[in-house]
Formats: sequence, structure tokens, C-alpha cells
Amino acid sequence: MLTRTIALLLAPLVAATVLPAPVTAQSGPLRITISEGVIEPLPFAVPGFQAETAGAEQIAADITRVVAQDLSGTGLFREIPASSFISTPASFASPVAYPDWRAINAQALITGAVAVNGDQLTVKFRLYDVFTGAELGEGLQFAGTTGGWRRMGHKVADAVYSRITGESGYFDSRVVFVSESGPKDNRARRLGIMDYDGENRQFLTDSNSLVLAPRFSPNGDRVLYTSYESGFPRINLLDVASVGRRQITTVEGEMAFSPRFSKDGGAVIYSVSTGGNTDIYRTELGSGAHSRLTSAPSIETSPSLSPDGSQIVFESDRSGTQQLYVMPASGGEPRRISFGEGRYGSPVWSPRGDLIAFTKQNAGRFHIGVMRTDGSEERLLTSSFLDESPTWAPNGRVLMFTRETQGASGGPQIYSVDISGRNLKQVPTGGFASDPSWGPLQQ
Amino acid sequence: MNKYLTASILVGALALSACTRPDRFGGGAGAGADGMGAGAGMGAGFDQSAIGQGGLGAGNPNSPEYFAQSIGDRVLFAVDQSTLSSEAMATLDGQAQWLMTNTDYLAVIEGHADEQGTREYNVALGARRANAAREYLISRGVPASRLRTISYGKERPVATCSDPSCYAQNRRAVTVIAAGALS
Repeated sequence: MLTRTIALLLAPLVAATVLPAPVTAQSGPLRITISEGVIEPLPFAVPGFQAETAGAEQIAADITRVVAQDLSGTGLFREIPASSFISTPASFASPVAYPDWRAINAQALITGAVAVNGDQLTVKFRLYDVFTGAELGEGLQFAGTTGGWRRMGHKVADAVYSRITGESGYFDSRVVFVSESGPKDNRARRLGIMDYDGENRQFLTDSNSLVLAPRFSPNGDRVLYTSYESGFPRINLLDVASVGRRQITTVEGEMAFSPRFSKDGGAVIYSVSTGGNTDIYRTELGSGAHSRLTSAPSIETSPSLSPDGSQIVFESDRSGTQQLYVMPASGGEPRRISFGEGRYGSPVWSPRGDLIAFTKQNAGRFHIGVMRTDGSEERLLTSSFLDESPTWAPNGRVLMFTRETQGASGGPQIYSVDISGRNLKQVPTGGFASDPSWGPLQQ
Repeated sequence: MNKYLTASILVGALALSACTRPDRFGGGAGAGADGMGAGAGMGAGFDQSAIGQGGLGAGNPNSPEYFAQSIGDRVLFAVDQSTLSSEAMATLDGQAQWLMTNTDYLAVIEGHADEQGTREYNVALGARRANAAREYLISRGVPASRLRTISYGKERPVATCSDPSCYAQNRRAVTVIAAGALS
């Protein structure tokens, strides 16, 4: 019944090897510290990667574009156009003409080369700190297949981003989401998966039944989501590679929804509604053992585990309105952390552990915000008619979320914003899309 | 997969015969809840002679169409609330009476929310609204075994504008009658 299968572009894993360094690796002053709030993006130059085999010219050019777009897309870097270049390297091994790059104020220079042999693709790159005149880190080489060429570009960009910011990257990652089509009062929904930049979109389910709020497993191999396939809301587990799926046997109740993976991927934390009351439960995927984590007559839902797995943040209306609470992962007395005006929902714990992102509804507007895990230092990053369901980039520096426009012709789109509130932009999804779940960096 | 899953489950539960009309549940999963109730009232392309109980229509007080149109298949709620208004209770009184008279029908009570809320909270809120209607019907004598609940949260609006007049219509619990085994 699945209408499409997912092409396994990446079956042969991308392998990275360190290139012999022509100069000793050295940390120069080329560095962006993200927490300081970058206003002026760092200018970089990326001359077209060299084609080292006949016929590799196009793929080399395409990979170069991916690297440039990844870096520029962060808002932290600015690409210097090739038309400004004074010279370009004759080959990957050529010495760098630092004065030519200094003259156009390129602070970082990325050079690369691409070789294709059959369906085998090799990409290598070096990163130079132009103003100190030294290579930053060692050259790296990635090997994979031609079908995975975009991933090779993302790998290069992740390495560059990581060396300059000191943070891990997030470009070689995927997002599951709900693809929506049709009029507002008759909308069809199906699960989709795409690269973080909206490329390589595929469907994971058909649109015969309502699906809600997918969540990636910690290593990205599976997806949990709420499905109305049985006629009532139940939790499905889907294998990304085979797109096979099965319904999870939850505790009994009229409705089961809001599923999340445990940190080891071996259990599901979710909500069940019975008799109008919604509480949070945990079910082990292996043994099927259940445990109840909340027991209150109010609504308890949208759980999210801390990265160390010790705590759960969730939403509850036990105070009379939707607010955020933190409790031990095994259940126990919750502590309220949201105290600002309005209602707070869909909390998500940052993979870095330092922040909780949430949806805030106040005075007729919706916001995506972040706060420290004790509820302090609340900052609202966005504001619109309807923003909701944030999800973290694997490095905890960027959020994606759903933004819905109003009216009968309105609909949802996926946006991203960094945690300083800058670089707000729409992620291309080829139509209405909602409820993104950002997966881990791929191996 | 059967598009008319809700109907299928009820059919299975009652071992109903072929006279059951699964399209009672609207235009399929896509149309979903919106088509329910409202669809019966408006005709929505239904061939009323096909109902199975032998030509029952909106004029027949024992027909599901009559239930939806004349008794009223839905009750509305205030913002973020699940308490029943006196008007809602009056509607549910009528529903209970009809269900007690027409004992071969089951009902699925659908809870819905307006779009002014987060998705999962609204599923829980819809569950609360559906349950409020169900509990009331039980208190009026309808056997609990004939009543199921489901929440669609904010995913199945009947009114699509983004202002209070539409939100009011969407904050609802709709009692959807499932055809019974009378043949």
C-alpha cells in the first residue's frame, strides 16, 4: 500500500579519511563564537572544486554549490562571488596565493577536488585561514557513491563549519515531517522525509489516513508518529530504510498519541487519553512493559527527554492553562518552569541540554521561544499568526518549526531560525508541510 | 486499507450485514469528520433510499438524518473549555432520547478544537470534549457500551476562516450515528 519506496542513496556509507597535510595543522584566529551573536557574516571563498577525472566537472560544480549554500545558509558566513576572485588554484595541490585572497577580504578559503570512478565518488577539501596564511585543520577526503553527492557536499560544509565555530555541524542531516495537501477542511496528510535543506524529498506513507507529529529515533533509523489508520489515534513505528511499519501496543485507552523515543531508542514515551483524561506513559519496545509517568486529572502531553535521559519536560494544564513542567524520567513530582504570560506548549529539550524550546501563545499571537531548563531567561524568537512545534538541529543552534498562515486558503510551511532569533527562513517542501522532526547528523 | 475505518470497526463489532452504509462517515478519511453529521444533513450526495432500514430519511424520526438535522448532532464549547452549556445539555438530552429509542445504533463522539492551540494539546482537549458529551449521554441512560469517543484535535475544521465565528463552530463534539443491524 505504500506508494513509494525510499531510495537508499547512501547504502555504501560515506567514509572519511584524513589527507596528508602539506603544512602542520594549526589553529589560527579564524573563529566564529556563535554565542557572541554574529552580526557580520564571515566572508569565505570557495573556488569550484577541481574535477580530477574526466566527466566529473558537473558533479564537482554541484558539490561546490552545496558547500557554499550550506555555509551561507547559516547566516554566519558570506560567500565571496567567483567574479571577485583574482586567481584560482591551478590544482588541488597548488600552493595557495594568500595575497590574492587577502586582497578580496576572503577570511576563509576552501579548496576541493572531486574524482568519479564508475559510481564511486571521492571528494577532498582543505580549509585555509587566509589572514594567518595557514591551513586550518588537515585536509579531509570523503568516499561514497555518486548518488550521495549532496551528502558529500554537506560533509565538507559540516567540517568547515565545525573547524571555524568549534561546534558540530548540522548539514548532513534529515528531517521527517507531515506533507499536507488539499483544502483546509479536507486536508490529506502523509509523512515525508527530506534533507535538512529540503532536498531529496520522499514520502514515507500514503495519504489515506491522518498522521500527526512524527519523531526521529536518536540514530535516525526509525520514526514514531500518531496514525489514525485504525480509525482511532494509535502510535506507529516506521523503519526508514524499508518503510515497513507496525502499531505499538500501548497501555489501553481510547487514544494514544504524542510519541517520543527514549534516549537509547528502546522505549516510547507518549500520551494516552481515557475518559477525557490524558497522561504520559512509557512502553519498552522490546518487552512491551508499560509504566505510568503522570497521574493527574489534567492534560499531560508533549513529553521531551533531556539529552542525558534523566528528566522529561512536558506540558500540562493542571494549573488551569497549558504550562511547562519538568519531572524525573521515571515519573515523580513535576516542577513548573514556565511562568510568563500566556500558554506554553510543545516543549523540546535541546540536544546540548542547555535550553528548552517551546511554543508560546499569548495575546492572539504564537511564538517559538527558548528558555533555560529552569525556566529562566525566556527569549521569544518568532512571532506570527500561528507558529508551533519546534525541533532542534543536531547541534542545538538552529530550530525548525511550523508556521501556518491564516484564513481558508492558509496553510502550514516549515521555517528555520537560529537561537538568537536571526536567519528566519522557509525550508522548501514543495507544498504545505508541518511538524518537522530534525534527525541526527548522519554517520 | 479501508478508507472508512471508523465505520469498519463498528461494523465488525456488531457483525452488521451488508445494509450498513460505511459512507455515513463522510467522504473518506480525507473528508473525515467534516463530512460527518453535516454531510448527512445536507444530503451530500447520499442516496437516502440506500440507507438500508427501508427508505428512512430526514423526515423519519428514527433515521440518522433526522438525528443529525432535527435533534442536532453537535454541541459547541467555549475557548479551551470542555464544560457543557445549558444549550449543549438540551441537545444532548435529545440525542440521549433518540439513542434510547433507536437501540440498534451505536455512536462515535468526535471531539474537535479550533486552530488556536498547539496540535497535541488540541488532541487532548478534543478527547476531553468528546468525553464530556459521552458522560452526559451515559448520565441520561445511554449504555456506555454504545458510545465511543475519538479526538481529531484541530485537524478537521468545518469552518475554515480564521476568526472567532469559525473557531466557535470548530470547537465541537459531534455525535456520529453508526447504522445498526436491523436487516
